[in-house]
Amino acid sequence: MLVLWALLFILALSATGFFLGRQRALSLVNGDQRNLHSMPKYYGSNVALKALVPAALLLVVWSIAQPLYVNYSISSSIPESAVSETSSLGLLMAEVRRVADGLDSTVAQGTISDELARDPNADLNSITEGFKSAGQILTSEITRPMLQAAQSYRSMRRDGRFYMIIAVVALSLLGLIWGIRETQPRFRARNVVENGLKVLLISAASIAILTTIGIVLSLIFNTYEFFTLYPASDFFFGTSWAPSFSGRGGSSDLGILPLLWGTLYISLVALVVAVPIGLFAAIYLSEYAGPQLRAMAKPMLEVLAGIPTIVYGLFALLTVGPLLLAVFGDEGVGIMQAGTAVMTAGLVMGIMLIPFVSSLSDDIINAVPQSMRDGSYALGATQSETIKKVVLPAALPGIVGAILLAASRAIGETMIVVLGAGAAARMSLNPFEAMTTVTAKIVSQLTGDADFSSPEALVAFALGMTLFVITLGLNIIALYIVRKYREQYE
Amino acid sequence: MSTSTNAPATGIRANPDATRRRTIARNNAEKRFRAYGIGAIVIGLFFLAVLGYSIFSSGIPAFSKTVVEIDFTLSEEQYEAAEGQLFKTKAYSQYFIQSLQQRMAGSAENVEFTEEATERLLGKVGSTLREFYRENTDQLGQPVKFSLAASSRVNGYINGRITRDSMTDSRFLMRSDLDLVDVLRGNGIIQNVFDWNFITGADTGVDNPGAAGIGASVIGSFFMMLVVLVLSLPIGVAASIYLEEFAPQNRFTDLIEVNISNLAAVPSIVFGILGLSVFIQFMHLPQSAPLVGGLVLTLMTLPTIIISTRASLKSVPPSIREAALGVGASKTQAVFHHVLPLAMPGILTGTIIGLAQALGETAPLLLIGMVGFVATGYPESFMSGFVEPNSAMPAQIYTWAARADYSFYEKAWGGIIVLLCFLAVMNIAAIILRKRFERRW
Repeated sequence: MLVLWALLFILALSATGFFLGRQRALSLVNGDQRNLHSMPKYYGSNVALKALVPAALLLVVWSIAQPLYVNYSISSSIPESAVSETSSLGLLMAEVRRVADGLDSTVAQGTISDELARDPNADLNSITEGFKSAGQILTSEITRPMLQAAQSYRSMRRDGRFYMIIAVVALSLLGLIWGIRETQPRFRARNVVENGLKVLLISAASIAILTTIGIVLSLIFNTYEFFTLYPASDFFFGTSWAPSFSGRGGSSDLGILPLLWGTLYISLVALVVAVPIGLFAAIYLSEYAGPQLRAMAKPMLEVLAGIPTIVYGLFALLTVGPLLLAVFGDEGVGIMQAGTAVMTAGLVMGIMLIPFVSSLSDDIINAVPQSMRDGSYALGATQSETIKKVVLPAALPGIVGAILLAASRAIGETMIVVLGAGAAARMSLNPFEAMTTVTAKIVSQLTGDADFSSPEALVAFALGMTLFVITLGLNIIALYIVRKYREQYE
Repeated sequence: MSTSTNAPATGIRANPDATRRRTIARNNAEKRFRAYGIGAIVIGLFFLAVLGYSIFSSGIPAFSKTVVEIDFTLSEEQYEAAEGQLFKTKAYSQYFIQSLQQRMAGSAENVEFTEEATERLLGKVGSTLREFYRENTDQLGQPVKFSLAASSRVNGYINGRITRDSMTDSRFLMRSDLDLVDVLRGNGIIQNVFDWNFITGADTGVDNPGAAGIGASVIGSFFMMLVVLVLSLPIGVAASIYLEEFAPQNRFTDLIEVNISNLAAVPSIVFGILGLSVFIQFMHLPQSAPLVGGLVLTLMTLPTIIISTRASLKSVPPSIREAALGVGASKTQAVFHHVLPLAMPGILTGTIIGLAQALGETAPLLLIGMVGFVATGYPESFMSGFVEPNSAMPAQIYTWAARADYSFYEKAWGGIIVLLCFLAVMNIAAIILRKRFERRW
């Protein structure tokens, strides 16, 4: 809340700065703009930028750094004995934060006086009573070290925020004064503003790099931590997936092979559905169809790509699964036990990928030069012979690229397999059995109130890392092939 | 194509039958090939139709609820008598059943409403009536129109989801109760009405599927989209302007380009992992908050927005820039005063499509805790809408689907219809924008 007010304040200051700078520039030359280096609005913008940007930057950095610092210093001050009572430092810190937040809101509601909330020797019972009457939920009993940690957490947080507001406002004011002092008729305001703008543009573009770094770091750190708790060879070559539910580790089998098998099997089924349909649709639309049919059918197919994956997931779970079960289940062929199976997920994922394959292949087929077709027709080939023997071979690298992109999409798809593929990890050849995938297990290991330091939760990061590497590899190969092929004809 | 090689040089002329056969075979091959193409398109459209049919046929019932509408009069003496008894609500349901029987007296069929059957059909009628009359004692003696919601199973029977053959007797609904429903329906007392609560209401938890609504999660999605819009539009446009107009050809630019094209293809679940470990574990932002969801979706949508923005900047002809530079504008002025306004319709179209994608995205939301949370109410104020735990439409649909209960499946399909309506509106807006303002140079 305070942060918002600080932000509003520096925004207001910056707006004031704009008018002040503009005014000052105009009054210095007695209203005659010709004597200024830049237009008056640039002098204003210069002041506004200087009042806004450094202060906002400080605000953001401080807001991120302060909790980290407070957390670090509090957790190092907690005695060892208190940590061993609850299971881990991370859990204890979560509890401390919860108590601190609880103290804040109970004080705000008036059930606990501010003095009591600050008193390190306060009666634990009266604090607990105050919490209860304010409707705060406590997951465990408040202990003395926990209360004291929460109290120092509170005071550090409060002090930190106080200093942050002062620092931010001071910096904003300094920027304002600096900008106004700079405002002279000979000052090259436009160049300064434009350079500042360019820096902002560059930092916006760098966010893509930061995101990648964030992804890679968060995966690497947690994966490393996982491998210190669980041997890497067992993870990569283990053929059994059976996490224990106690969350204490020890007896869990966390082998990735059954998950990879399920992932690849489902993706294969999806590609077997999507590639022929998508490819033939693309060929027909680009080579045979008249403009009217094309204008109708192409957007209709692309609607399939715009439908959220949760819809496909539900479609798999509630429509396709029961349908397949009726045919292949015990009352029909008798090879399917439940509606969730590799076939269910694969079929629905294939439907999702049809427009993906078709529109990419369509682009690639269209990029094949007309002269090649004309040459083939001139030799007396029929249209289909031309397509089969000339157009498709020429477009093959691009189509392979498109299929690889579709495969990477299939491997990374989550909602369809979470809802449609089942939860049992097994390596079987029967496509009508339930299997599970890497993405489905990431979801199941990380949802719920798992302790993030247990191998059962951390394994999700190792799975994510594997997924990231596989899809990235596929994408890079696919993009390389597509790009290389495009250059050939351009 | 090539003729068969073992034929003599004069083969074509010498053997007209073989030629004809080959021509017929080639023409048939041509027809088959075309048929495959048409077949592929038909299969694709068939899938689309099946998907649409199953969404609407299963989802429409979620928008209706079954109510029993009845005029009911309670005299003052009856009220006094009921309040004097030990089982007060029981007395009220007796009165209700009496009046129901009276209402039925004219009809041909003779049916017996027992107390148990009434409770199975309409829930605890007695306590509803008692609560009403205790608060509105002035209504005593006058006819009051009550509309009582029937149980979700009765709703299923009226909508044809449950039939006499498919159901088994349970404590929720007996086969004999369906006779009562038929009589009520014959008298026009029971009917389907539009369930506004589904659109405006909040989730209810596992026990009460009938009252669950998607409203609270629509609000959650709204706040998330607000975050995505406020962050991704300026950042995306700034990044595209830099890359398209200012960036020199160097390694740093290449690095950014490679990163953007790779991020566009990273599975969405990986963005969920990023959000979990950076925003929740590292920065300690609140779990299940629309703010965190919005931040994650922003990072996910940025590549889409950057790619489409760059395309629309590229489509502005260089002559515009040159003309501006020619009359003395600086490079920045040329871009911001001339190129950007001309590219704006394209940018907005791309942004809306990116937002529509983000709106339907589920997987990252599962990881930042939007699933374990039951969104039982609206946020208290505008600001708390960002940081208070809430659900979002796709996450709510998943939660319902995961509850494995037929009534919740119906809600999930209904939620999908609401979600698809939003997506359709956004996409249509994008198409209109493109059609209306698109310029061909």
